[in-house]
Amino acid sequence: MNRRFSWFNATALTLGFAFLYLPMLILVIYSFNASKLVTVWAGFSTRWYGELIHNEAFLSAAWVTLKVAVVSSTVATVLGTMAAYVMVRAGRFWGRTLFSGMIYAPLVMPEVITGLAMLLLFISLGLDRGVFTIILAHITFTMCFVSVVVSSRLATFDKSLEEAALDLGCTPFDAFKSVTLPIIAPAVISGWLLAFTLSLDDLVISQFVAGPSSTTLPMKIFSAVRLGVSPEINALSTILISIVTIGVISASLISKRSIARQRADEQKALQQ
Amino acid sequence: MNLRRLFLILTPYAWLLLFFLIPFAIVLKIALSDYAISIPPYTPTLDISAGWEGFKEFVSELDAENFAFLATDALYYTAYLSSLKIALISTVLTLVVAYPIAYGMAQASQEWRPTLMMLVILPFWTSFLIRVYSWIGILSNEGFLNQFLLWTGIINEPLAIMNTQNAVYIGIVYSYLPFMILPIYAALEKLDESLIEAAEDLGCSKISAFWLVTFPLSIPGVIAGCFLVFIPALGEFVIPSLLGGSDTLMIGKVLYEEFFSNRDWPVASAVAVVLLLILIVPIVLFQRNEQRQREANQ
Repeated sequence: MNRRFSWFNATALTLGFAFLYLPMLILVIYSFNASKLVTVWAGFSTRWYGELIHNEAFLSAAWVTLKVAVVSSTVATVLGTMAAYVMVRAGRFWGRTLFSGMIYAPLVMPEVITGLAMLLLFISLGLDRGVFTIILAHITFTMCFVSVVVSSRLATFDKSLEEAALDLGCTPFDAFKSVTLPIIAPAVISGWLLAFTLSLDDLVISQFVAGPSSTTLPMKIFSAVRLGVSPEINALSTILISIVTIGVISASLISKRSIARQRADEQKALQQ
Repeated sequence: MNLRRLFLILTPYAWLLLFFLIPFAIVLKIALSDYAISIPPYTPTLDISAGWEGFKEFVSELDAENFAFLATDALYYTAYLSSLKIALISTVLTLVVAYPIAYGMAQASQEWRPTLMMLVILPFWTSFLIRVYSWIGILSNEGFLNQFLLWTGIINEPLAIMNTQNAVYIGIVYSYLPFMILPIYAALEKLDESLIEAAEDLGCSKISAFWLVTFPLSIPGVIAGCFLVFIPALGEFVIPSLLGGSDTLMIGKVLYEEFFSNRDWPVASAVAVVLLLILIVPIVLFQRNEQRQREANQ
């Protein structure tokens, strides 16, 4: 579908993207406001960034969040890739419907329910609530997102390549390592990134399963925000928005380049 | 080979059973228990050492009292109804906002589309909490929207939007907009241009060609988008607690407060079970819609 670009379309896109981006833009601009009053502009200043660096509570929460995100997204990527492989390749086995149900259900489950259920499990297992329980909960809900991303790549992938490797004497593990994994690698990486951001972002589930001693950054922001807008939170938000923007743009550039390289390789292979 | 297969299946399977399915069984069990001032704050508790007799006694003490309580206390059923209403209205509003954007994207030139896609996806990766928070400064009484409207002279007194249901609608539309745009865009992008040309050649005006050809063909995307907004909006917690006021009753927030403020675990669990039962209908319908799409594409 590619028609004349009309005024209607231009207006719809301009207004639409203004709606999506203006609130964040205002946030970023006012994080450089000198005044403590967030809605009155009093000149440019980086004062709030300076105060943020010295705010021990935010720094330690950021550290906890980062640790949780790195560990949980890595484990979730391993488990999610396994689950995707099982869904696409393992054929029939006992309880397959239940398995795929458990993969898809967390994607649409309200966070309050997941959080409550996890907390009640940890309590009945007698686990002390803290960083460890947050990690367990994050692995569980993010592995399902990884599995969906990876399985959509696996489903479109030519199975005969794997079979050829096996025929040529590879062990199944070698075949996976040297044939399947390189092909699905972009999906695995984007699955990891997705799990990482979801974990970084999560408030509600962490709120339920975190103990009194472990606070993540979103929990810290949430309790600060409940008291109203503060310039320090604006500064913190600006930092987080910049990290995400840089990350997403560079990830898309990398994948664009890898697609281009793959195409070039295929061309070369055809010519030989 | 078989051992490897078993390991591959069992690892994620066991993980999900332990951390996803069993927790729900526990929620159900506690929903059937009674509140008690003890640790843990409910009764009965299962005593494994008592064996089969202990289990029978435990089961006999479970009852559906909490569910009866939910049905009689106005707080709960009003909260369910008002969540359904808020989720429904905001889904329609999101559709109205998202459709023109998706349409404009689908009609943009080929080289622009990846950039536009990226611009829609980028907010999705940005923290949900921060995006909701960004509206507090805009909607509050001395916020940017009121400052702007007062400056233009459209209003003489600041509008009270913050801490009302309208703020919740704005928050939901804003936060879930990408979920609506992407499936509609995917449906519109696949659309065969020649169909619209044919309709116009046969005497349709541009507007009737849109309603007779374009819109009906985009309906699968519209349905998918509506479910993707409606389902999470129903159990939403962050948006009503940050933007909503005392008049905004949403079940996600009620559940949260029942658990953390009232410490009534059995009632909180019962609230969760009922919310889950309400959600099963749209979730199953959504899965069917996806399945049909997948079959149609093959």
